[in-house]
Order: sequence, then structure tokens, then C-alpha cells
Amino acid sequence: MNRIYFTLIILCFISLNLKAQEIKVINFKEFEMLTQQNNDTTYIFNLWATWCQPCVAELPNFVKLDSVYSSKKVKVVFISMDFKKDLDTRLKPFIANHKIKQDVYLLSEPDANSWIDKADKLWSGGIPASLIVNNRLKIRKFYEKEFTFAELEEIINQIIK
Amino acid sequence: MKKIKLTLLSIGAMFLMIAATPDNSGYKVGDKAKEFKLKNVDGKMVSLADYKTAKGYIVVFTCNHCPYAKAYEQRIMDLDKKYASQGYPVIAICSNDKTSVPEDSPENMAARAKDKHYTFPYLYDESQDIAKTYGALRTPHVFILTKSGGDNIVKYIGAIDDNSDDASAVKVKYVENALTEIMAGKPVTTSTTKAIGCGIKWKS
Repeated sequence: MNRIYFTLIILCFISLNLKAQEIKVINFKEFEMLTQQNNDTTYIFNLWATWCQPCVAELPNFVKLDSVYSSKKVKVVFISMDFKKDLDTRLKPFIANHKIKQDVYLLSEPDANSWIDKADKLWSGGIPASLIVNNRLKIRKFYEKEFTFAELEEIINQIIK
Repeated sequence: MKKIKLTLLSIGAMFLMIAATPDNSGYKVGDKAKEFKLKNVDGKMVSLADYKTAKGYIVVFTCNHCPYAKAYEQRIMDLDKKYASQGYPVIAICSNDKTSVPEDSPENMAARAKDKHYTFPYLYDESQDIAKTYGALRTPHVFILTKSGGDNIVKYIGAIDDNSDDASAVKVKYVENALTEIMAGKPVTTSTTKAIGCGIKWKS
């Protein structure tokens, strides 16, 4: 009997661990669908990669924003531009080490020229970049820049006021 | 409070303007490209004009550290092997600030060029002036130039091909297609492309 409990506990741990590490690989169409959810939540899609130093530097600001504003229907979603082959070797360990609890997706759509303009006409393809949407309020803002927490708060407060 | 908000707003607007500038500055297809004189990994100075018999150039802003630059390194070497003999040599330039990315220092550039047996110059744009003038934003970022009279005209700006992840899965070779058209005396059909890449690390 003890053995069964032990196995169950181990299984629980394994599944919890798996859940924490779950990072879905999506294509551009799936990314677009994520940005078009018709509800009153304000989504901040942060486009980043583990190899991008300024992205990694600003990451804590987005994590903080998500936790401070979680009760106000504000949700941060991390969209990684890492290579698909680096999912297990780089991205998953990074997310685990930084204890990131927010949703993380890996956008794998190699022909960037085909979709960068669709994400935003003014975007050069550089990261960090962030897309802020609230579809109920018909708000869609794209930024190719680094953010401080104060700058993020300023934008969010204008939207959710 | 209102004043603070206004100040914050204007700071935000300033940031936006700064972020938006690189996209509007730099070269467009058809512009005359600036000549340069930059130090190569062998210590010698290199200029475009040194290539007396060249018909044009494949100028590639690249670097050591960036995963995208690494993914494209072999393809950049292949471009030089294929096109230098046809009059379009690769000129690689690293413009990253070595303080923020020590891996891209001239010493490390030299080590990399030697290790990989680069057949083309790998120049250090210490002042970052050439990257700024050209409007290079990321690595790798390609500018194909053609000689015309005494000038070098920009014919293509953008990515090498349509698949950074996997060279074997490439469907469209932007740079090669542009060169084929240029050599046939035709206008370049796809003359600008965008790509994800590591932003050039500017000096602060």
C-alpha cells in the first residue's frame, strides 16, 4: 500500500513539474489567434528570446506587472523567439531557473519576412518588442523597445482606468 | 500628479520616437552607400575601393555571439565561395560594442575568422558609424551593393534567406535571387526583407 502512495506522490510531482515546464510551440497564425481573443482582458505579449540581453534584462518588469495587476484583468504572455531546437536545452531551463509562472510560447515560424509586417508594419524585427491588446476596447499597441516597470504601468493604467 | 503623468507621458513618447528612428534612417534601396576604411582581423585596413575588379559587394553586418549569426555563418561563407569569383565578394562587418559583448571583441573576431577559415574580410566597426550610416539593425543584416560609375548603389537590404532555423529547409534564397537578377541586369524583385535577429549592441 505504501508503495502505491509513494508511486502516486512521485507521479504527482512529475505531473506538476511537467505542468510548470509546459511551453507550447506555435506558428504565426496561432500567435495571431492568441492576440485576437475577444474578451475584456488586457494582454501584454512580450516578444523576447533567451539570447537577447535587453530582453532578459526587462523580463522581471513584465513578471512584476503580471502579478501586480492580475486582479485587474491584465495578463502577460511571453512569446519566445528562440530556435525550436533550443526548446529543451535553453528555453525550458531558463523558464525553470527564473521561476516564470506566466504563459510562455515558442513562436516558430522561420520565414520571418512573411509575418513581421503582419505583426506590425513599423516593426523591424528587432526584439525586445511588445504587443499590448484589449480587443473589447479595440486597443492594439506595438512597441519595439525596452520597458521599465513605470513605463508599462503608465500604459496599462491608461487602458484599464 | 497630473504634471508627473504628463512628464512620464512625454518621456514615453520620446522613447517611442527613439525606438522608431532606426527604421526610418539608414539606407533604402537605390541609395548611394558610403565608402569605409575599417580594420580587418589581420590588422590591415580594408575599403570597398580596394576591390578593383569587383562588380559589387555583399556587405554583411554580423558578429560572433549572436545565435542567428552563428546559424548563418556557414551560409555567409558559402556566399563568398560562390560569388567572390563572380565579382561580388562578402565583406563582413561587426559593429557591436565590445564592452557590452566581449565575445565580439576584435581579438575574438580574429580567433573566429581563423578558426573557421573565413575567405573574406571580417571588419571591426569600432565607432559604429558604418552600421548607423547603413541602417544596420541586427545580425546578420545584408546590404548588396553594385558599382556604378564611382558609386556603390544599394540593391538589396535584408535577410539571407527565409529560414534561419534550418539551412536545409530554405525555400527562398533572398540574397542569391537578388544577385542572380543583378548579374542578369534585371531589377531586384524582392529588394527588402525583414528578419528576426540580434539587435546591434550600441554603445551607451
